[in-house]
Amino acid sequence: MKLAEVRKPVAIKTGAAQKLLAFASLILLVVFFSLSSPNFFRFDNLIGIMLSTAVIGVLALGSTFVIITGGIDLSVGTVMTFASVMTGVVITFWGLPIPLGIAGGILTGALCGFISGWLVAKMNIPPFIATLGMMMVTKGLSLVVSGTKPIYFNDTPAFAKLAMGTVLKVPYAVFIFFGLAVIASIVLSKTIIGRYNFALGSNEEATRLSGVNVTFWKIIIYVITGAFAGIAGIMMASRLNSAQPALGSGYELEAIAAVVIGGTSLSGGQGSILGTVIGALIMSVLTNGLRILSVPQEWQVVIVGIVVIGAVYADILRRRKK
Amino acid sequence: MSQILVSMDGISKQFPGVLALDQCRFELQAGEVHALVGENGAGKSTMMKILTGVYTKDEGRIVYKGKEVEIANTKAAQSMGIGIIHQELQLMPDLTVAQNIFIGREPRAALPLFLNDKELNERTKILFRQMNLNLDPRTLVSELTVAKQQMVEIAKALSYKSGVLIMDEPTAALTNAEIDELFRMIGQLKEQGVGIVYISHRMEELKRITDRITVMRDGCYVDTVRTDAVSVDEIIAMMVGRQIYSVSKPSISAGTKQAKVLEVRGLNRGSAVKDVSFHLNKGEIVGFAGLMGAGRTEVARAIFGADRIDSGEIIVNGRKASIKAPKDAVRYGIGYLSEDRKRYGLLVDMDVKTNISIASYRSFRSSAGWMKQAGMERNAEAYVESLKIKTPSIDQRVKFLSGGNQQKVVIGKWLTRDCQILMIDEPTRGIDVGAKSEIYKLLDELVRQGKSIIMISSELPEILRMSHRIVVMCEGRITGELSSEEATQESIMKYATMRAGEIAK
Repeated sequence: MKLAEVRKPVAIKTGAAQKLLAFASLILLVVFFSLSSPNFFRFDNLIGIMLSTAVIGVLALGSTFVIITGGIDLSVGTVMTFASVMTGVVITFWGLPIPLGIAGGILTGALCGFISGWLVAKMNIPPFIATLGMMMVTKGLSLVVSGTKPIYFNDTPAFAKLAMGTVLKVPYAVFIFFGLAVIASIVLSKTIIGRYNFALGSNEEATRLSGVNVTFWKIIIYVITGAFAGIAGIMMASRLNSAQPALGSGYELEAIAAVVIGGTSLSGGQGSILGTVIGALIMSVLTNGLRILSVPQEWQVVIVGIVVIGAVYADILRRRKK
Repeated sequence: MSQILVSMDGISKQFPGVLALDQCRFELQAGEVHALVGENGAGKSTMMKILTGVYTKDEGRIVYKGKEVEIANTKAAQSMGIGIIHQELQLMPDLTVAQNIFIGREPRAALPLFLNDKELNERTKILFRQMNLNLDPRTLVSELTVAKQQMVEIAKALSYKSGVLIMDEPTAALTNAEIDELFRMIGQLKEQGVGIVYISHRMEELKRITDRITVMRDGCYVDTVRTDAVSVDEIIAMMVGRQIYSVSKPSISAGTKQAKVLEVRGLNRGSAVKDVSFHLNKGEIVGFAGLMGAGRTEVARAIFGADRIDSGEIIVNGRKASIKAPKDAVRYGIGYLSEDRKRYGLLVDMDVKTNISIASYRSFRSSAGWMKQAGMERNAEAYVESLKIKTPSIDQRVKFLSGGNQQKVVIGKWLTRDCQILMIDEPTRGIDVGAKSEIYKLLDELVRQGKSIIMISSELPEILRMSHRIVVMCEGRITGELSSEEATQESIMKYATMRAGEIAK
């Protein structure tokens, strides 16, 4: 058959190029820091890196969905905090069992996502504004609900184990992160949600004209992002053994940075979970490595900022060549 | 071929303030290509939007396959088998061909929410086999040419088992070879009994592939005729209600023998522009003819400094010019009007006044740095008047103007900048027949005032009508130069298809 002959792997190649570039950068960083300091490539330190990636990583996984639609969710950082506070309310204030606390945290995140999604998809409020508002609302609510004080999980020692319990010295949080990455990746590549996610980011109007219920699917995607923020909140609370209502601002930007370093396009239509995982790892390897090299913390931030810009520029160069 | 697929009768549609359709009718038979023509605003697209469920009719009836139907929304039209291919393709570039075709109807796997992509690609393959289309279902749409993307759109429409296919200006962005391929596909669909509504401004095409033509004007039905029974001039006369294409050429304005204002020597840019040399006299229109992809736009962009040149000299008014960027070209008094006005020529969300002034802000700035509003307004008013731009005011946003008036705004912009040389790429693309003649008059008037124009056009009648001299390109080279007296459609086509090695030395 004629059809069988025209096998063009071009599409796969170009998509892989960006991941390869990001992956190569990650390896390069690891090699560089390993050579620069004997303290870097040690089991403890590598686990430390993974652990510090976990929370931001989970936020970034969720953000990947919204960013592929061409939208943005600025609220994930404070939604995360709000979810951790709500988990604290359920477990510590109300004294309910831990699983209900977890459900409460995830539902809180999902509900915030639902509201953002509804504002964006149904009320046509630009994602930047809708989620900026949600960011402020949840920031305030965290303080209101908690009475501006941290909520501790001292009566339920099992809660801290959720993230910090270990198998073979590896904390659960690391497994949760990679497990969620696998799930997110399957959702994005194998399910109808993922398909419409890319379709929306690629050409929303065409998707609508093809008879797809754009409003519904968009809301679903914001709900997913919110639910991931909820999970991140529970992990955060477990790790700190407390819900810290003042934490969380700025996390959304780190999550977005990880997504972008991973090659997901802010204009929508392109991106991958593997890229986001690599992006999140690059960020924490960089921070960790710079700290080991005794680079002052204020300079670490400067360098990470430059890396974000560099990563996006590399992406633009690659596209232009094409 | 006498089975009537669609018959629309007594269709009226009222929009706030306008009666868009007034008792219109249209009939489509199975296995027929039926052209729907009329100027912009004649009601063609409103008519087709009613047929595809985008709008609902106020009055009249639609009979589809023998039964009276109400088409409530686009989904209803789709499932009935009425498909449309929009002029601006409605595809998702980041998805594969197969994913695009079956968007919204993806084959599912056993697990809820999960997709069955194997089945998806398989179905697409079967569809392509029926269409004799050689395309891998897994290719990303962004990697396809416009022509191939259009084939994907056709495949998508056919996958709904469409009995009616509406094509809106399908050839606007295609090369001649691609048009042949499209027409082959249309022929094939016809044989399968699909009825095709063909909307186009290109008269030669209508003569080539349509069976009947329905003409609309100002929201009214004019007539339906057999294509072989009318001439192009007759069709146009029906469309505009007056004869406008004069066969005779315009008188060549005086002064063409004057000094060279622009001379290009040995211009090279990659494989797109090869050793191009020509000159332009004051008060002259030089037409650049050739097939799509012949390198005409690339020559203009190179002269304008929009693309870097590999070698060559550009001489303006006898002095060698150093043009590295468009701002240099503008300083030498050269303006370039892109064929894609909305993307490269206009700020569509801003008003007429701003668009006319935007290239000349420096001259509307006081020494303190304030913008001279009054000066800008006076200038804009003057051009609205002299170029006969139809707009309620200079504060109207450009996106609400018709194509012809948008083109005039772009011309006004470069005239404000005092450009003596205008390079106009496809001056009447997307502009309806009546407005075309106004643009022609305007260009004539400009050269009479001493401006010089390079006009790139793919429409031979336009080239023949407007040019004092015609330069023909093929594959990046200039293959011939003709005076307006010796130029005919045939002689231009001969040079336009003259490949390297055949060029007469």
